[in-house]
Amino acid sequence: MRELSLHILDVLENAIEAGATRIELSIEEDLEKDILRIVIHDNGHGMSEDFARRVLDPFVTTRTTRHVGLGLPLFAAAAERCNGKLRIQSKPRMGTTVTATFQHSHIDRAPLGDLATTLMAVILSERPVDVHYKHNVDARAFELDTAEIRRELGTVPLSHPRVRKWLESVLAEGLANLQRPMP
Amino acid sequence: MPKLKTIEELRKLREEAQRDLKVRLETGTKIIVGMGTCGIAAGARETMHAILEELKKREIEAHVTTVGCIGMCVREPLVDIEQAGKPRVTYGNVMPDMVPRLIEEHLIKGHIVEEWVVGRLPTTE
Repeated sequence: MRELSLHILDVLENAIEAGATRIELSIEEDLEKDILRIVIHDNGHGMSEDFARRVLDPFVTTRTTRHVGLGLPLFAAAAERCNGKLRIQSKPRMGTTVTATFQHSHIDRAPLGDLATTLMAVILSERPVDVHYKHNVDARAFELDTAEIRRELGTVPLSHPRVRKWLESVLAEGLANLQRPMP
Repeated sequence: MPKLKTIEELRKLREEAQRDLKVRLETGTKIIVGMGTCGIAAGARETMHAILEELKKREIEAHVTTVGCIGMCVREPLVDIEQAGKPRVTYGNVMPDMVPRLIEEHLIKGHIVEEWVVGRLPTTE
């Protein structure tokens, strides 16, 4: 995939498929140490230790529609190409944590890409799921928790066109601020 | 984000949105985009982005939601359009450049774009 945000979307969708109601997405860009770390934790039904070990094999999947699952193996390959690695921690009923690290400046590292649309795709999911998104670029930080937003909205869904428009603008502004050079 | 401003904005939004919520849920338009691995790899996120942009440009207030893989991976990106009282129509291989015509024909003129249809479901009522 051309953007890391597409791999992230894929893992987030896996979490939703696993019945997660809350997902924590943390992106840390430490430019001094030259590390990019992406951590995705969900409270879905998790995997057995054996399955978690084998899930990086492209011929292992929970899908019933076909017998290959390429999502995680592709993400792992992207990390390994950039002096990083992908780690999966999971336990049945305890959820799953996927951690991917990259050398930030590596020439083969794909850009993060359109994180705003990745987040919108999950926020607009037909299954009700909350996303807590934290993103740091050195000392700058952006955070958004849809659970807090949902609380304020009461019965109005996140997919309401007006709420959607508002969320899009909050994400665009927050992500733009992260990229702004320090004064 | 500045927290106080955000909460104030949200409360205002909630009031405005609640007023038309019932009407919208009963008569509104729903657009559903497949977002499984197959959809993502085929460009579904970009298709969803194009849909959101087109709705914004034309000031159409429709609900947009995403779903996982439904097993028709070869036809991804899949986009369903559902309008109250009409059959739910599934369009296949919907690329971003097809979105303006889809919105124009289906939502504005009320014509189904037959050559892109891969399936339909009868009305829910």
